Amino acid sequence: MSTKESATSSKHWPTIRFNVNGEARIVKVPPMKRLLDVLREDLHLTGTKEGCGEGECGSCSVRMNGELVNSCLVPVMQAEGADIQTVEGLALDGKLHPLQEAFLCHGGAQCGICTPGMLMAAAQLLEHSPNPAMAEIREALAGNLCRCTGFIRIFESVAAAVDAQSAGPATKLTMEQTHHAR
Amino acid sequence: MNTPTTTRIVGAAVPRKEGVDKLLGRACYVDDIDREGMWHGATVRSSIPRGLIRSIAFDRRIDWSEFAIVTAAGIPGENCIQLIVADQPCLADGKVNHCEEAILLLAHPDKHKLREAVGAVRVEYEPLPPVFTIEESERQDVIVWGADNLLKRFLLEKGDVDSAWARAAHIVEGEYRTGAQEHLYIENQGVIAEYSAEGGVTVWGSLQCPYYVFKALRPVFDLPEEKVRVIQTETGGAFGGKEDYPSTLACHAALLAMKSGHPVKMVYDRMEDLAATTKRHPSRVRHRTAVDRDGKLLAMEIDLATDGGAYATLSSTVLSRATLHATGPYLCPNIRLHARSWATNYVPYGAFRGFGAPQAIFAMERHMDEIAATIGIDPVELRRRNFLHVGDTNATEQLMREPVILDQLLDRALKESDYHARRAQFGRENPVSPVKRGMGIAAFYHGSGFTGSGEVYLNSLAGIDVTPDGKVRVLVSNTEFGQGTNTILTQIAAEALGIGYADVTMAAPDTGVVPNSGPTVASRTSMVIGRIIERACSQLLELLREHAGLGATCTPEEFFAACGRYRAVHGEVVSLCRYEAPPGIYWDDQRYHGEAYGAYAWAVYVAQVAVDTVTYSAEVENFWAVQEVGRVLHPVLAAGQIEGGIAQGVGYALYEKVVWQDGRMANNQMTNYIMPTAEDVPPIHVFFEEIPFRFGGFGAKGLGELPHDGPAPAILNAIRDATGVAFNSIPLMPEDLYLGLAAAQPAEETAAR
Repeated sequence: MSTKESATSSKHWPTIRFNVNGEARIVKVPPMKRLLDVLREDLHLTGTKEGCGEGECGSCSVRMNGELVNSCLVPVMQAEGADIQTVEGLALDGKLHPLQEAFLCHGGAQCGICTPGMLMAAAQLLEHSPNPAMAEIREALAGNLCRCTGFIRIFESVAAAVDAQSAGPATKLTMEQTHHAR
Repeated sequence: MNTPTTTRIVGAAVPRKEGVDKLLGRACYVDDIDREGMWHGATVRSSIPRGLIRSIAFDRRIDWSEFAIVTAAGIPGENCIQLIVADQPCLADGKVNHCEEAILLLAHPDKHKLREAVGAVRVEYEPLPPVFTIEESERQDVIVWGADNLLKRFLLEKGDVDSAWARAAHIVEGEYRTGAQEHLYIENQGVIAEYSAEGGVTVWGSLQCPYYVFKALRPVFDLPEEKVRVIQTETGGAFGGKEDYPSTLACHAALLAMKSGHPVKMVYDRMEDLAATTKRHPSRVRHRTAVDRDGKLLAMEIDLATDGGAYATLSSTVLSRATLHATGPYLCPNIRLHARSWATNYVPYGAFRGFGAPQAIFAMERHMDEIAATIGIDPVELRRRNFLHVGDTNATEQLMREPVILDQLLDRALKESDYHARRAQFGRENPVSPVKRGMGIAAFYHGSGFTGSGEVYLNSLAGIDVTPDGKVRVLVSNTEFGQGTNTILTQIAAEALGIGYADVTMAAPDTGVVPNSGPTVASRTSMVIGRIIERACSQLLELLREHAGLGATCTPEEFFAACGRYRAVHGEVVSLCRYEAPPGIYWDDQRYHGEAYGAYAWAVYVAQVAVDTVTYSAEVENFWAVQEVGRVLHPVLAAGQIEGGIAQGVGYALYEKVVWQDGRMANNQMTNYIMPTAEDVPPIHVFFEEIPFRFGGFGAKGLGELPHDGPAPAILNAIRDATGVAFNSIPLMPEDLYLGLAAAQPAEETAAR
């Protein structure tokens, strides 16, 4: 797609610059092209998935300027100058991110299609709330749909990543306690 | 061959085989693949439920010379999607039988031009009267399929029902209904197809059963086996939804590839996927049951009907599984069960986790609570008095030879859920609270593998080979779509050969590489295929001992060294085995009599539900799932299967409603077809009792479908317990709760509010 589009690209298309996973990127694409498609088609970062195309499922979640966004709802022109992180930017130096490690050990990924978005939502949560209660985890992931796991093992994975990251013992409420607390 | 009871890898929570790729975003799903010179395909679909196609016109504003266009006339072979009955066209030819039926295919290099082009094809119809309900179909005023609208029927009889009614202390009747349910895999249906005169057809796709697609492509293209190749790509959820539908989509993309001379990708967007692909069969089940004074079941008469949609697809086998699960895990001496699947003018219904069992079990388990209420005993006690035990026979007079531990499962479920104490507590609290809480129970079994003689007919071939670079490859056509096939079969091979988990890989799920080990459906992979892999490993070890000097016990290094010696002489190191039925299996397909399944998984589920009588919302607050699934091969994956199935079951009961408008799904968006989110799922407590099954892979029975069977009846039974009102239809939406609770209130109280 990308080669075809650049071959026929209109000279009216703007040049858009942004950072993806710490790397400066420049694209010349229609300004209303979805960030999701620019990531997948123009930058070949296919880790970000499309599930519904209307901001319901969260499979296309990426982090943009420290916010979690549905990249299917972001016209790329809004990303001008932005810092964007995708699932490809989570692991550092070939080492799994603690969330990825926890999802692997605790069954947080089954079919894997929601996983990139789920990981980004979880990473967003942990950046703002390093030691979240179970109710917070549930709320933070409520915009990301998973049809395989019933979410239980995703909650456990996020809680395990918290435990792995935090030096002190995390105050872990049981699922039942938090459910009734919400 | 004896399966050892102590194992190194089987039973351990090893990391998911393809897990790292999925977590890094590297796993390659079909939409992540780009082929050189690839075009994109789209489908022009019927806008009416039934009628004759009068004309197809192309709007002149579009330059159609840029497009590849395929109609039924362009199909080189048969215009038919092969499955069980040859009734479904690949492309509609002169008439349509449901909304969204494919009429014409378009391909273009630029996918953004396809949407406009699809809208610029004008199809004119002469409408015919459609049939939209089971009742309309069974009245047969309008015939929409065959001679009588009847896709399939079964009659199952045990004992003498007619003479039992006179002896009954109570006769309890009830009617139960279930709605359509969407799979809602997060990855939509998609394939890429290539065609060349020399090479034939190659299809990559998101699918469960490569050999089903292979079998469907051959007649459409009139090609020999060696010119058809199907490769599964990483598959983002399936749940049965990618069992039969990919055959249609693969044929469509391959037709466009042939016409255009380019690889063609067809990936549906969510709206098209929801509107045009299969769903769970809606059902209506009527029970009439005779019980004696003590609550013992004397006779059951069951009339089970499903809506099959416009074509036969898998309706006969779904009906079969519904039939074989309709009487529950209970002993009843006299049974008459009429099951029928009726044609209507909806998108054909298809496979969905549980495959008819959730519908039938919903009715049976809801009905058990109505029987208990009628005769005035506790629903738990009624079930206990009627449970099957070893030595009993079920509805098909299959003798229960393997252990049956329903009492133990029930006791554990009651204990873990603190069932009686919670019920007592809610009994005190409910009268003074606008939120009414209740506890509901469901007991059930689920047959593992194909029904009756199905596994014998499948005659699955599977095995292993050893590559020159020192890896064992598992050779199966069974696919991974999240449920854990790769991991489980790797564990089994590594365990059986005495080598490491990392020493085993999965061969590509490619019909050009792997033998036909049958479809990945029916909770058969761990039990049936796992067993074949276990046998193939033993067979290889024996071969190496006999011909390559391998010792009776060996290290991984010795094993691979022996493989090297064997390869030097024989060229390759391969071990394949075919399915072997457990001894004493007898099944009569005509009378529906005998060993319906090689094994059953057993379960007792308990739901705690809160009904808010101000907002009319029902919330599952807590869920306990106790089951016996044979040996648990992987504790994390197994629990994940149970939890995921229960979440789908919660959705089936309370959230997921397909809204029909003139035969078309009106809510074909994730915005208004609602599945449970992270904030909706209850805490789910999963417990396994393990009894290794002699004929399953390292003792496993099937477990993937089981958890979808129990939640809906347990939840609606809990709502009955909470409110005193029987709701017999799912999905149970807040408006249904309102109507039911309002109708149950005394008239003056309603007036006073």
